[in-house]
Parts: sequence; C-alpha cells; structure tokens
Amino acid sequence: MEKNVITIKNLVKHFPIGVERFTALKNVDLILREGEFTGLVGPSGSGKTTLLNIIGGLDSASEGSVSVLKQSMNNTTHNERAKMRRKYMGFIFQSYNLLPVYTVFENIELPLILNKMNQTERVNKVEQAIEWVGLTNKRDSKPNMLSGGECQRTAIARAIVHQPALVLADEPTANLDAENSHHIMKILSNLNKELSTSFIFATHDEKIMAYLRRIIHLGDGEITKDEIIDNPKAHN
Amino acid sequence: MLFKIALKNLLGARLRTLLNVLVTSFSFFLILFMSAMYDGMLQHAKQVTIDTEIAGGAYWHPKYDPLDPMTFEDAHSVLPAGAQKLVDEKKAFPVLVSQASIYPEGRIIPIIMKGIPPNQNIVNMPTDVLFGYEDFAIPVLIGKGMASESKLKVGDTFIIRWLDSEGTYDANEGTIVHIMDTENFKLDIGHIWIPLNKAQSMLAMEGEATYVTYEKGVPPVQDKGDWIPRDISYLVQDMEAIIEADEPGAQIMYLILLALAAMGIFNAQVLSIFRRGREIGTLMAIGMTRHRVVGLFTLEGGLNAVLSAIVTLIVFGPILWYFGVYGIPLPIDYSEMGLIIAKRLVPVYTIGLVVSTTILVSIIVLIVSYIPSRRIAKMKPTNALRGKVIA
Repeated sequence: MEKNVITIKNLVKHFPIGVERFTALKNVDLILREGEFTGLVGPSGSGKTTLLNIIGGLDSASEGSVSVLKQSMNNTTHNERAKMRRKYMGFIFQSYNLLPVYTVFENIELPLILNKMNQTERVNKVEQAIEWVGLTNKRDSKPNMLSGGECQRTAIARAIVHQPALVLADEPTANLDAENSHHIMKILSNLNKELSTSFIFATHDEKIMAYLRRIIHLGDGEITKDEIIDNPKAHN
Repeated sequence: MLFKIALKNLLGARLRTLLNVLVTSFSFFLILFMSAMYDGMLQHAKQVTIDTEIAGGAYWHPKYDPLDPMTFEDAHSVLPAGAQKLVDEKKAFPVLVSQASIYPEGRIIPIIMKGIPPNQNIVNMPTDVLFGYEDFAIPVLIGKGMASESKLKVGDTFIIRWLDSEGTYDANEGTIVHIMDTENFKLDIGHIWIPLNKAQSMLAMEGEATYVTYEKGVPPVQDKGDWIPRDISYLVQDMEAIIEADEPGAQIMYLILLALAAMGIFNAQVLSIFRRGREIGTLMAIGMTRHRVVGLFTLEGGLNAVLSAIVTLIVFGPILWYFGVYGIPLPIDYSEMGLIIAKRLVPVYTIGLVVSTTILVSIIVLIVSYIPSRRIAKMKPTNALRGKVIA
C-alpha cells in the first residue's frame, strides 16, 4: 500500500500587506503519496510556490494542518524543520541557487556534509549523483563555468544526492531552453522511477506538464482541479 | 564541519576574501603603526632626556630647584667628598648654574648660564667644542633653538652680564663657538653653556658646582653631605607625568583609530554578508539551522581575522619593521616649539600593543560578522532565497 508523503487539511495562508492581508492559499486539502510525480500548476500568484514552501517548511501555514512524512509541520521549530529538510527533502530552484565559490562536486556534497556523512561515503554518493545527471566531465567546474542546463543538473544532483523521500522543485525549467528542459525532466523522471522519490513541481511550463503523472491546478489560492495522468504525453 | 565549510567559503571567494582581508589588515596595520608612533614619540622624549641630560642620575645642591631660577644664586658649594670622588674617577661631572643676561645686538635676553666640563662624555652633548678657545673671553655653546631665538650664529659676540657670589654684577664678551643640534629643548631654549672653570672664575665660585651628574650604573655614594640624590626615576618623573597625563589622549586616539577600522571592516563585512542573502537562504533550504548559519558566517569572520593577521605580518610587517628600525623623518624641528620630538620618529611596537590590537580587531571582525548574519538568519528562508535583506 502506498504511503502518504504529504497530508494537508484546510490550509490557509495569509500575507500581511500593510494593514491589510492577502490570502495566498484558501482551504487547501491535499494528499500526496510516495513516488508521485506531481505538478502544482497555475498562473503567477495562484499560490503554487507558497504551497511548495509550506510543504518544505520554508514557510508556515496561517491555518489548517500540514503533515509531511508523517510529521506535523504546524508545531515544529525552525531547527526541526531544518532537520526535516536536511534528511528527507531536496530543493530545486528556478535560479539554481548554487553556491558560486564551490565546484559542482562541492555543491552536490554540501547536503551530505550537513548530514555528517563520512568522507568515503560522501565521495561515492556524490560521484553517483554526478553520473545520474551526466556531469562527470564538469565535476571540478564552478557554476560560472557552466551553462544554465548544467547548473540546473547540478542543483538536481544536490537535491537527490542524499536520496530524500521528497523533492520540491520550483519552476525548475523556467530559465532553460526546450532541449535542456526536456533533458532535465527526463533525468528527474528517471530518478523518480529509480529512487521512488516523490517529486512536486510548481510550474506553468507546458513542457514539464507533459511528464507529470498528476497535475493539481491552482487558481487564486484554491485547488481548482486535481487530475491523474495515467499515460503522460512525454512517456509516449 | 562548520570550520571546513567556512574555510572553503573563504578560500573559494577569492576576490571577496582578498578585499575583506585587505581592509582588515590595513586597519590592523594603521592602528598598530599610529599607536606605535605615538608610544615611540613619548618613549623617545624620555630617552632623549636621559641621554642628553640625566644619564644615571644626579646629586643636587640642597638649595637647587631647576624650576625656580631665584634659587640658583645660593645653590652652589664645593662638592661633597663622595661626589668629588666620582668626578675624579670620571664617572660624574659637575655643573654650575647661574642666572645671567645676554645682549646680542643691543637686545637683552635673560638666560640660564651653565658651566660644564668640556671633557665630559657622560651625557650626549658636544661640550668638547668648548676646548681650545683660550683667546676668547667666554666661549659659548648654544642650541639651535636659542640661536634662532636670539639670532646668533657661530662667531658672533655679545655681552654676558652676571651676578657673582659677592653680589657684584660683572660682564664680559661671549663668543658663539658652536651651535648644537639637540632634540632636548631643556638644554637649548634660554640656555648658554660655557666651560666650567670659566664659569667658576666668573662667578667667583672656584671648585663649586650646583649639581653633579653621574653615569649610568654608578651605585649611590655614602659621603654626599647634604646634597640630595636624584635618581633617574625622580628626574624623569615630569616626563612620566606627561606621558601618564597623555594616557587618556592616547587611549582616545587608539579608540578613534579602532572605530575607523571597525567602520571599514563593518562596511566590508556587511556588504559581503548581505550580498549573500540568497546563499544563506539556500543553506537554510538544504537544512542548515539558523544557529549554524550564524556560526558559519561568524566563523568566516574569525578566519578572516586570522588571515588578516597573517597578511598584516607578511605584507605590512616589513613596512612596520622598516619604520621601527629607521624611523620616519619629520619635516619640522619641533624643539623650537619647546617639544622633545625626534627628527626621526621611531614607532615602538610593544607586545601589549600588538596583542591588544590583535584581540580587539579580531573581536570587531567577529562582531561585525555575527550581527548581519544573525539578522539575515532571522529572516524567513523564503525571503532570504529571494535575496531580500530586510529582516
């Protein structure tokens, strides 16, 4: 039986804007299961990044409950959430967010250092992750020497090197051309199958949607449609 | 773990690290140099006074008060046996002090006339220039400041008028035989120096003196009569008092330098850390706790301070050493202004100064690294990721 990775009930998120407040998410209910390859899809301002951030513990809910990997995110401290991210989650950002002074190898190694993994194991895991994303010949390059696609592949390797249960990707292909976007999505799709890692994307990129097996449509902070794609287009 | 990441960050960010380290090490250098110069100036004044005036100490006639010229008239007698023995052994020399007036080009200038043995070599004064002027009524040695003030030059003659021990005014012609270049204004301004035997004969005080200066390392004499022993610590007490009185001034200057350095370092560190808001957000997103983020950046600051100390040693060390050995020439002769300031200022680097400056600069770097990183680490990770820097 598939386990629930994320359980969200009546999630509401307000943002203060001066004396007013803006409601970014309204009564969101959602369950995501292990190994899903899901997209949060919608126009700008629909709340997809906010939802992703709350799931990742980077932001907190104003109302409702959020449980990730059977742990409630409502009453957790910053440190507990940091630990959750460190051990069980990976993040992929639109602008890669690689540390500029580190090489590809060192950027990918960072989550393992934070998890206090020993050096031998670290090197093996990083080499494996570099192989997954096809950057073997770039392992000693710094981000400023890489193309956008290579940067995003490095970010992907960093997100999956510690084999997390959940990867959260915020517009991972927004800065990439079509060829690189497909390349990235193929890598992520393969990793999803190989590692059973659950992936959630926040996107409005059609190219990504072609790979998704579940698409949750958001509009004005509400889930407007939740569709399961049995046979994603890109898999045909 | 943090140390490894901090070191990697520091060495990886070559230009940023270089700039931060240079700003810090330059501040380090500036504080050390300026404070050492100030210390050097004060220490030099004390050393010059000892070398040119005090030597190992003195025995004073009981009525002698150098600050009260009215006492000079009575402050003379033959030397006590113990002091005389030192003079005979050439371990001391006597000086006879009296008030007098000189009349260069018709002007009257009250002065202190001191008779000194030309062959003394206990204090650093060119008294040997007073030898060999048997044809001159009174050969006179003066300092540059006095020469400038009285508009006298070598070879000039003028009338000297004095009161002898019998209470009779007498006068004779003095001739400038040498103008000495001394850093000690107390030997210069308002002073003329003549051979001791000449002074004794002019003042009708044969074999008498006002004080005896002895060389360094001479033990106290037993038979000193009623003459008063004045050791180095007594004779430099005025100078020590000036240095002590100047202590708050020195501390204020040190603090100002430190504050200026702190501002420079703060500017560089804050700019560097606030530019790294997104990096901090990324570190938090991949699971670094806030405490660790603050610790990491503070540690980077600490390593920056260590690197700065090393860079100061390597880059600025030779400059500090050079000035420490050769000093810095001053364009103005301050002795004419009544200040004992060397013509070359030599900074004095004390261990206390180096250690306290190193500790203080390191603390400043740590604080200015801690404050902005703490501020950024308090931000919501989502804001940090967007590169927002307002907590």
